Amino acid sequence: MIAPVPDVAHGQRVSARTVEALRGRFRDAILDHRTFRDEETVQVEPSRLVEICRYLKDEPDLAYNFLTDITATHWLDRDYAYEVAYLLYSLSNNSRVRIKVRLTGAPGSASVRTVAGVWGAADWLEREEWDKVGVVFEGHPNLRRILLPEDWEGHPLRRDYPVEGVGA
Amino acid sequence: MPYTTETIEPGTELLTVNMGPSHPSTHGVLRLILTLDGERVVRVEPVMGYLHRGMEKIAENKTYTQFIPYTDRLDYLAPLSNNVAFALAVEKLVGVRVPPRCEHIRVLVCELSRISAHLLWLGTHAVDLGAISVFMYTFREREVLYDFFEALTGTRLTTSYTRIGGLARDLPSGFLDAVGRWLDRFPKDLDEYETLLTKNKIWVERTQGIGVLKLADAIDLGVTGPNLRASGLEWDLRKAIPYSGYERFDFDVPVGTTGDVYDRYLVRIEEMRQSVKICRQVVKAMPGGPINVDDPKLVLPPKEKVLTNMEELIHQFIIVTEGFKAPKGEVYQAIEAPKGELGFYLVSEGEASPYRLKIRSPSFVNLQALPRIAVGALISDVVAIIASLDPVMGEVDR
Repeated sequence: MIAPVPDVAHGQRVSARTVEALRGRFRDAILDHRTFRDEETVQVEPSRLVEICRYLKDEPDLAYNFLTDITATHWLDRDYAYEVAYLLYSLSNNSRVRIKVRLTGAPGSASVRTVAGVWGAADWLEREEWDKVGVVFEGHPNLRRILLPEDWEGHPLRRDYPVEGVGA
Repeated sequence: MPYTTETIEPGTELLTVNMGPSHPSTHGVLRLILTLDGERVVRVEPVMGYLHRGMEKIAENKTYTQFIPYTDRLDYLAPLSNNVAFALAVEKLVGVRVPPRCEHIRVLVCELSRISAHLLWLGTHAVDLGAISVFMYTFREREVLYDFFEALTGTRLTTSYTRIGGLARDLPSGFLDAVGRWLDRFPKDLDEYETLLTKNKIWVERTQGIGVLKLADAIDLGVTGPNLRASGLEWDLRKAIPYSGYERFDFDVPVGTTGDVYDRYLVRIEEMRQSVKICRQVVKAMPGGPINVDDPKLVLPPKEKVLTNMEELIHQFIIVTEGFKAPKGEVYQAIEAPKGELGFYLVSEGEASPYRLKIRSPSFVNLQALPRIAVGALISDVVAIIASLDPVMGEVDR
């Protein structure tokens, strides 16, 4: 039988504990941590992302078994070009945590390892972010466009995308 | 023996069939490339994007309020609940909580939308499997609901009813009484619809044991909403992370056991009953008081004051032309929409428009389960499986 979902306060305690657990275990790979409106965001070293995700999912106390969403954001005039945010949820703890990586590089070369091996949901979510923003998810089983036509040029959710047409 | 690509005999000639994007049973513009071994499905490749309008990009150049009409066009079967989800996300970012009357009205419209969305699912699902009459009944019922929505918002579909920090307008007079009378009648009608299907031999044989989504697969694929619950997990955002005051109301979360098409059917039917239960409590408990937060920088002033007072005129002008600046930061807010977890992730740079807006659409994520559960099914069952997953393409493609 499945245990009832714990309340919101429990979820928030686990979210806070998650940040501590990550700091304790991955030390240097945890680059930044922010709390805004009771949401925990942890910025991690991109090369350690998959390892961290796997830990968060497999650690019985934390059990982030549910990947809610992946969002890539393109930034202009910063020392990194992309942020990719992974929103994780633990069904048994009712807790959320957002894991973030910052990437440098042009579209097609900025890349991070896929987490499709950790959560099946990542398959389409990563394809979508590649399609819209142009972040490459290395090792993805099928990294093709998903919302835009196959022959589309460019990635519209980039901030420098020519919204009034190419050459306008 | 379970059917997999490995069980195909060597030398079998496979057939590729294109289904959609304009096919009555794909419920919109979903296209499937099916690989068949006779009548059996070997592979399913969904092709999406036919309804992609670039909403997330549009949001970058709209004020928060201006984006509300775009949310109508996500899950166009439950526009009111999309309106609520977006308003809640921006309110979380800004850091306000709306007055109790507003929360009650939002719960009411969300639940009426859920019933309306589930009725459409029920009618079309039945048509897909050849039971035409159910469709007529459910659309009769939806007509009543659409009359309510029209009385409330002025439109039937593109409701744009919420505002950041409140609602576009209060309930019209007599609204709660009319809804209350309908709530008294509807459960009996629902029982009647059930007599057409629940124990109908054809319906049962076409749905039981078909398109089984195992709970472990559902969790792995991020499936939410009735599809997840039909696989046996009692998880509902209205209970897990209550929003808009859902914790005030008493209702049950129906779950299935096997995760087949039939269980998804039973779960949605029962969800309509639970929505009625919530609506009744809302109608009974509807508090008085304002519907908007008291913040002149966020909410439009009353029209009569705009025409007579300088300060209100300025506020109106600024909100309409420039919008309000939200604090710098990022938030994620989700609701239990009829299809599952509908979430908005906002990245704000302190401007009047979001720097990045991401729509976590339940239909998009749920649809990912289709290739996994349709393999081995007969081609005629694919129709039943699509309908039971209940995707709506406006939300898948955004």
